[in-house]
Amino acid sequence: MKLRLRREMHWIRIDRYYSFVSEKESMTRENDIADADSTDKGEYKHWENVSVIHQPMMCQHCAQAPCETVCPVLATSHSSEGLNQMTYNRCIGTKYCGNNCPYKVRRFNWFRYNDNDKFDFHFNNPLGKMVINPDVTVRTRGVMEKCSFCVQRIQEAKLKVKREGGNMKNVQVETACQRACPSNAIVFGDLHNPDSDISKLHRNERAFSVLDELNVQSSVKYMTKIRNTETI
Amino acid sequence: MIHDSLIRERLVTGDKTAADVTRDISRPILNQPSSAWKIGFTLSLIFLGIFGVSLFWTVWTGIGVWNINKSVMWGWDITNFVFWVGIGHAGTLISAVLLLFRQKWRMSINRSAEAMTIFAVVCAAMFPVFHMGRVWVGYWALPLPNAFGSLWVNFNSPLLWDVFAISTYFSVSLLFWYIGMIPDIATIRDKVKTKTAKFWYNFFSMGWTGSTRSWARYELVSLILAGISTPLVLSVHTIVSADFATSVIPGWHTTIFPPYFVAGAIFSGFGMVATLLVVARKVMNYENYITIGHLEAMTKIIMVTGTLVGIAYLTEFFIAWYSVVEYEQYAFINRATGPYWWAYWSMMSCNLIAPQVFWFKWARTTPWFIFIMSIVVNVGMWFERFVIIVTSLHRDYLPSSWVMYSGSLTEVGLFLGTFGIFFTCFFLFAKFLPVINMSEVKTILRNRE
Repeated sequence: MKLRLRREMHWIRIDRYYSFVSEKESMTRENDIADADSTDKGEYKHWENVSVIHQPMMCQHCAQAPCETVCPVLATSHSSEGLNQMTYNRCIGTKYCGNNCPYKVRRFNWFRYNDNDKFDFHFNNPLGKMVINPDVTVRTRGVMEKCSFCVQRIQEAKLKVKREGGNMKNVQVETACQRACPSNAIVFGDLHNPDSDISKLHRNERAFSVLDELNVQSSVKYMTKIRNTETI
Repeated sequence: MIHDSLIRERLVTGDKTAADVTRDISRPILNQPSSAWKIGFTLSLIFLGIFGVSLFWTVWTGIGVWNINKSVMWGWDITNFVFWVGIGHAGTLISAVLLLFRQKWRMSINRSAEAMTIFAVVCAAMFPVFHMGRVWVGYWALPLPNAFGSLWVNFNSPLLWDVFAISTYFSVSLLFWYIGMIPDIATIRDKVKTKTAKFWYNFFSMGWTGSTRSWARYELVSLILAGISTPLVLSVHTIVSADFATSVIPGWHTTIFPPYFVAGAIFSGFGMVATLLVVARKVMNYENYITIGHLEAMTKIIMVTGTLVGIAYLTEFFIAWYSVVEYEQYAFINRATGPYWWAYWSMMSCNLIAPQVFWFKWARTTPWFIFIMSIVVNVGMWFERFVIIVTSLHRDYLPSSWVMYSGSLTEVGLFLGTFGIFFTCFFLFAKFLPVINMSEVKTILRNRE
């Protein structure tokens, strides 16, 4: 039901884009593909050389975030550490931020999902609740949410340094997606520290930002794959 | 001595005297409601009920009962908001701008047009308020002191500008409408028989005596309020357009929006005035006050503003091409040829092509035809807002988030329900207040003693 209405709640999604070569012509654009499909006459020649590009997409934590300026109550704001923060208990749910996000990564709580029999998923009993991450705030109905860069993990690391002494530079914060990724494709770190892994990767010539031309100055960069073809 | 043109048509026909005016216009108030009024009012209450049910369902269950989704987060709600705010504009234009330009034909239509403005703004306000996910904390959008429990607001946000623009517009319009009505309320006060009616009309006439001094002040206040209202004709819809123009979404991010929206607002507003007045003049027998000449003047404005809006549509296309920005170009091609092509072409044909019939004198002077055209204009302007909001959002930058959207039953119910609010208010207005400004109309009678 939720999916049919296009109300996926993922904070990180995997986008797929297809391109293929058809009669020596490479195609990536939707219309070209549709045209090729309609003139195909059932031979499906152009499907023989399909390549799929996949791209995990989540909040890009833009330095000039379009979502931040449009919220009438400042429920989404920029932290001094460069995070794009979502303040759930400040949000009044105008959804303007979600509309103005060029990456469309903001998710809205259309109903009250917690403790609601209509959205049970075995989470509404004490045992089921033990599965839920206790460090992540439960969002109420009518507020916006999105990838927080696992702010609870950053906070935990900061508190640990405060308690036990030491330097944040030596503390490794791992986001949940990073820990789950078996091929280490996701790297998280401190961009202010020029020696961190993430800073080195950001300086790499393979690094690019999605929708760079909008100048939203996203904090997330992707590493392009080196391919031996003329066009992707 | 009154100037009487030989070639101009009279503004009030039928050789009315001042006494006739009072008698004609206060008739619905002093007599029992007609059966036409009763039927209309009942229908309006039914629609008001639809609104109540839809609103209750939305607030009780959550915004999820609408069909808006992860990409199209504004749908019918904001479409309806802009639609109703736009309709309001004609009232302010007629009452303020035409007052400053000394256009006397405004005198017999300004009262009802202003009433329409106020009721339309009430309808409009429902949507930005109830589209909020947590409407019970909606007052956080007001710049209240922190001690009140709220925090300071974000002055960068166009939604906050809306809060100021709409509330200013509403309060100035209400004041203007009310001040203009005081002499007429006093007239009614002197005519009603029952004690309750006497009390309320007396209360709202604020002790109006009709002395020269009162009249001098009344004229002065009207002029000042007209001066204050005139910039509002431009500012309100400019700020509404800023909701879209300041964003980064292709199809929204355009500098042409403010003038284009203002022209569209006046266009739709006159459409709605025509809808109401063509019916009202017939049902209430006001054909001598709201003459064919009035309707003709309005159709001319509809034609001019419709053409302006049409030019804006074409300019958007040109700029999209000229900008060489792929996203912009796609957004506009998608509007005209994508899955929502029917909405785009409804908008084009209703707003640009259809009003061109008003080049013909027959079209401008035939009330039933004007009525049909005014409905066409209203439909077209609703589609315009739908096209702007939904077609821009449903396919923006990343194709992975491209979606389709269509309104749910609750959203349709809310939209139909606002007509219930609008017409309930309008019928009450037509029963209890003079729909034509008696005191002003008396100044343009030819037959003055």
